[in-house]
Amino acid sequence: MITSISFLALQQYWWLLVSVLGAILVFLMFVQGGQTFIFSMGKTELERSLLVNTLGRKWEFTFTTLVTFGGAFFASFPLFYSTSFGGAYWVWTLALLAFVVQAVAYEFRSKPSNVLGKKTFEVMLFLNGLLGTVLIGTAVGTFYNGANFSHDFLNHVDWHHPARGLEAVLNLHNVLLGLTVFLLSRVLGLLYFLNTIDHETIVQRSKKCLLYNAIPFVVAFLSFTIWLMLKPGFAVNPDTAQVYMQDYKYLINLIEMPVVLVMFLLGVVGVLFGIIRTLWPGKTYDKGIWFSGIGTFLTVLSLFLIAGYNNTAFYPSLVDINQSLTITNASSSMYTLKAMSVVSLLIPFVLAYIVVAWRSINKKKIDKSEIEDSTEHNY
Amino acid sequence: MMLLNVDPSLIDWSRAQFALTAMYHWIFVPITLGILFIIAIMESIYVKTGDPEWKRITKFWMKLFGINFAIGVATGIILEFEFGTNWSNYSWFVGDIFGAPLAIEGIMAFFMESTFIAIMFFGWNKVGKKFHLASTWLTAIGANLSALWILVANGWMQFPAGMEFNPLTARNEMVNFWDVFLSPVAINKFVHTISSGYIVASLFVVGVSSWFLLRKRETLLAKRSIVIAAVFGLVASASILFTGHGSAVQVAQKQPMKLAAMEGLYKGGERAEFIGIGALTRDKKVNDGKDAFAFKFAFDGMLSYLIAFDKNHYVPGIEDLVNGVPERGILSAQERIDRGKLAINSLRNYKQALKNGDAELAAAELKVFEENYQHFGYGYLEKPEDIVPHVPLVFYSFHTMIFLGGLFILMFAAFLWFTMRNKIETLRWRKPLFWLGVLGIPLGFIASEAGWIVVEVGRQPWVVQDLMPVSAAVTRISSASVQITFWVFAVIFTALLIAEVSIMTRQIKIGPKKGE
Repeated sequence: MITSISFLALQQYWWLLVSVLGAILVFLMFVQGGQTFIFSMGKTELERSLLVNTLGRKWEFTFTTLVTFGGAFFASFPLFYSTSFGGAYWVWTLALLAFVVQAVAYEFRSKPSNVLGKKTFEVMLFLNGLLGTVLIGTAVGTFYNGANFSHDFLNHVDWHHPARGLEAVLNLHNVLLGLTVFLLSRVLGLLYFLNTIDHETIVQRSKKCLLYNAIPFVVAFLSFTIWLMLKPGFAVNPDTAQVYMQDYKYLINLIEMPVVLVMFLLGVVGVLFGIIRTLWPGKTYDKGIWFSGIGTFLTVLSLFLIAGYNNTAFYPSLVDINQSLTITNASSSMYTLKAMSVVSLLIPFVLAYIVVAWRSINKKKIDKSEIEDSTEHNY
Repeated sequence: MMLLNVDPSLIDWSRAQFALTAMYHWIFVPITLGILFIIAIMESIYVKTGDPEWKRITKFWMKLFGINFAIGVATGIILEFEFGTNWSNYSWFVGDIFGAPLAIEGIMAFFMESTFIAIMFFGWNKVGKKFHLASTWLTAIGANLSALWILVANGWMQFPAGMEFNPLTARNEMVNFWDVFLSPVAINKFVHTISSGYIVASLFVVGVSSWFLLRKRETLLAKRSIVIAAVFGLVASASILFTGHGSAVQVAQKQPMKLAAMEGLYKGGERAEFIGIGALTRDKKVNDGKDAFAFKFAFDGMLSYLIAFDKNHYVPGIEDLVNGVPERGILSAQERIDRGKLAINSLRNYKQALKNGDAELAAAELKVFEENYQHFGYGYLEKPEDIVPHVPLVFYSFHTMIFLGGLFILMFAAFLWFTMRNKIETLRWRKPLFWLGVLGIPLGFIASEAGWIVVEVGRQPWVVQDLMPVSAAVTRISSASVQITFWVFAVIFTALLIAEVSIMTRQIKIGPKKGE
């Protein structure tokens, strides 16, 4: 079956997979968002422990998705991997550092003799939540706004800005995406707390915080999106492979790919419904995470798809527009994409066992008695 | 030439940063690889017998594993992305091959490991006994599968196979997945490396148990743990002997310079000797005529025999590989450098000719390129001596690894024998034995890290054998940037390691929970 598929179809398939991983990653960043509440919502020792432990059961999913997102990008679009990671050195290195400290913070935080002290590990969790989301969001912003790279005849990368990627913050549109991802992760984190923690004070605080975070999130998201729809984009002429600026490119992409447009609209509605339904007065609604989560997935997926599909350069070069990366010029060889496509058939099984594992651990909400149970593996 | 215009300190700092990350990562990974199986075996016994003591034992080791695991993950993510951040040219040159195992690793292995580890830690009171046991085994398998794919990728760098160079894209492209996956270098490397992890983990379990026996605490836990770990360690030792030999045979065929460095063999020949114990002459240089060894105890013809089962087998030395041995078909390094430069230049001319629409010139340049591609990486080198790795580091690391590997076999055998015969607590010289058990923990790490030094320093200057040296692979960035990140990583990793060791020793002192 796979043998008869065209090279372009394989490239599109892998762009879809990378986009799916990116979309799952942003949803799972509720862990990062949740971590940023560790001080503002965890006033007592028990409250902080509840927050840390409910997130601690999920941090590995986010982490693994990030690693796989990187691995899949390397495998399917190696020219992006070599260009962006090597070029935008400081952005990626700082983002990674934020994840290094996360992995140990959970395990070490409450262990005796941890040398650095509980507080230090809690600060690490906070920093991971803040920097991880803002930096990755800002870096992805360059998909729509371009970056300062060129290649030599061996396709080796040269970066033309001394800030090595950090200059992305000079573009307000990039920063808006970073802020949007950060605020979204906080909203999702709160919805996740409501879904998994059985503790009256935390539930009340989460609801209150939700309003204060949802409003700036919606403002940031709408500003980013409207700007994106109105700005010119990096279009590719499919016959000559020349890249040129086209007005309203991303809006045109949405209109020309109605399925993506529908996904995008459903996604936005889903995110908003999850938030509004939770904020609605009355009995506490704890399923908001699922609506907003699926909505996040659909929205992010469509944003990735309009960056790479429909003859668009997904990683534009500001130095030489014709060196911009597209899904055709940055991809792996046909053979490699085929071989990996066979492996990708395992993904449904992977998703299935993740669902089973998730449900078996989250059957019951986490509460005081579980935190105090010494037979449990608590952080 | 433009290509050689790379700041040497950039290369050194980039290598130092990768070595730092890899060596820290490798402190934690071997324990993870091995102890998960040891834990899975313990839990299997618990499920089978229902004996709560076995559950207590399982949970104790699982707790120690958790402390170790987190920091392994933390250093692992940096490694993955350092291929991009610090070795971006390499990432492009081999991305079509290297990326695939990495992606497969993510899809197949990492998710398996991280999903079931959550059940393993948090599921004791939430899922059934058998589901929990299955999760423990799946975590162990997932962790080891992760090692498989990254080692396949590393094996490919030592011995590129199953690919063709595409001059249009200037990269190697995979043409046969199975040649990459089933390369004898990759398979030997995988089995050898995970076996070393099993040994380190077994030493860890034996060492901690020895400490309990010294303190006369938790003796039942200690003895049961020793039996399982010692058997596991012995099986792994058999495997490591077998694949260690296999790896040496592969090195002899595919990386003769590395083999020569491992044995300090400057002048090769037939009946090459194997050094039992030796000290290298301190300021020995290639072609200086000095004796390579200040002192040695060697077995005549044994190196030839070990790699080809023939005492008269010819083994080239470091100087032979630098100077060339025409009658044996070994080109001199200078010749290969010249031909490598020819390859690089013809590739550039080929692409220029294509741009100018000169098909005839393009075809001619392509022909020159293809004839010389096997020397491509040599074109980046400046002088013949550049092909020689740091000999003392490789030589001493190799011999340390072998010596310790032998010691570990004796240790496992002694611990197993005396525990099975129920004499371990009454032996007259039990205290030295237990202290040796405790000492085994750091020795295991030393042996294992030494193994990686042999593999990675021994292949210098190559990132991809013969095709790409470190100078061509490195990201073009200011050396100062890499120095800053090096020190940031060094401080963070060291702080985390100190915290880890402190937490670990404290948890060992606290011991398993009572009456679980």
